[in-house]
Amino acid sequence: MIEVRNISKSFGDVKVLDDISVTFEKGMTNLVIGKSGSGKTVLLKSIVGLHEVDEGEILYDNRAFNKMNFKEKKEIRKEIGMLFQGAALFDSLTVEENVRYPLDMFTDQSYEEKRERVDFCLKRVNIENSNKLFPSELSGGMRKRVGIARAISLNPRYLFCDEPNSGLDPQTAILIDALIKEITLEYDTTTIVNTHDMNSVMEIGDKVVFIYEGIKCWEGSKNDILTSTNKYLNDFVFANNLAKQIKIKANETN
Amino acid sequence: MLLGKVFSKPEKTKMYYRKIISEINSLGINSMWIVVIISLFVGAVITIQTDYNIENPLLPRYLIGVSVRDMLFLEFSSTMVALILAGKVGSSISSELGTMRITEQIDALEIMGINSASYLILPKIIAAMFFFPFLTTLSALVGISGGYLVALLTNITTPQEYIFGIQYVFYPFYYTYSLKKMIVFAFIITSVSAYHGYYAEGSSLEVGKSSTRAVVQSCIFILMFNLILTKLILQ
Repeated sequence: MIEVRNISKSFGDVKVLDDISVTFEKGMTNLVIGKSGSGKTVLLKSIVGLHEVDEGEILYDNRAFNKMNFKEKKEIRKEIGMLFQGAALFDSLTVEENVRYPLDMFTDQSYEEKRERVDFCLKRVNIENSNKLFPSELSGGMRKRVGIARAISLNPRYLFCDEPNSGLDPQTAILIDALIKEITLEYDTTTIVNTHDMNSVMEIGDKVVFIYEGIKCWEGSKNDILTSTNKYLNDFVFANNLAKQIKIKANETN
Repeated sequence: MLLGKVFSKPEKTKMYYRKIISEINSLGINSMWIVVIISLFVGAVITIQTDYNIENPLLPRYLIGVSVRDMLFLEFSSTMVALILAGKVGSSISSELGTMRITEQIDALEIMGINSASYLILPKIIAAMFFFPFLTTLSALVGISGGYLVALLTNITTPQEYIFGIQYVFYPFYYTYSLKKMIVFAFIITSVSAYHGYYAEGSSLEVGKSSTRAVVQSCIFILMFNLILTKLILQ
């Protein structure tokens, strides 16, 4: 479980996060949604420690992460897996080396043990026979899947995904969503996904947090979205005609 | 502050060792060809220009060999080669780190709990400080060979006179002076370029700009430190 308590973050005079408090549950896919520029990525990067927050507390299973020194943070970071928007694979390394990288850095396993683990992780994300390819030779969907394989190589307790579906076609996006959901259940991770893709919300959103201009505007389950009266949330979620129709039908049913 | 992070204790020495070997290859060995080509031609040109400037018939012809040797050791093989390397290696380091920054690869390292500054920059600094003095030696040897070729193929001077000049009153101190300068220049090139790449922000356009800034600043620092070191070591 990750708890965020009253965190604020500014860049210069611009306040990007304003007094946000939220609890992300273990074994669930927690989705953070909001418009581009609303502060989702800053929130995610603040939680993982890439940005220092100005105020507030971030607790990883009751361990105050943002109050820790570098060494203590390092221990927590070994329990974190993260999938970046562009996958952030290391260009100079092959697929196999990318997934093996955390094992090389943090374990004393033999080469055989590491190779076994790499093969397992790549199989888990349905990538086979691509071990020797470089990231530049992969499609967008494959890069994301290799990114997930790297994120799970050390059996993470916390999984973060920043816009996992950006730049993917709808079918591949559904596969990536399903993979994130399966891994969350399989590893019992606390998973936080940043997205503005409403398909993802309806597919995997166990808990949804809506950020509007740096403020937590709403939180609830994916089913609550359909009946919510929050104006900002409705404007965001039901921006297109298809979504508007779904909302009208849901209201009629109720 | 960046250097403080760079010189902190490595996470896993074995991984750093591998990285240093790979950096020696990419920063040092891959730069040998450009050093060889430029030094060969410069050595040849210095020979011709020295001959052109020695008008007095009383001056011995072996002075051409002496001039080529001293020019190469004192200035060209350290300072000029360092300026060339600032262009080749400096832009490569800066654009590599800049690209890693904007594609979030550095963030990925940080999230894994790796000191990205140390892991990415320290091996480059060590590799350059270790290998660039070899490039200085190579440059001097190839430059002298370039002059020898001119002596062999033209009637400017005889090969015997040229070789006599190369050996005439040689101070080994000139060589160590050149190596010392190159070690300092290697540190300047890698650290300045790494700084600009590591803190690049925005788009690929910004990476290009930071690369240019890295080369320009490296060159300025090399010239400044050339003056300071020359004053300190030679006087």
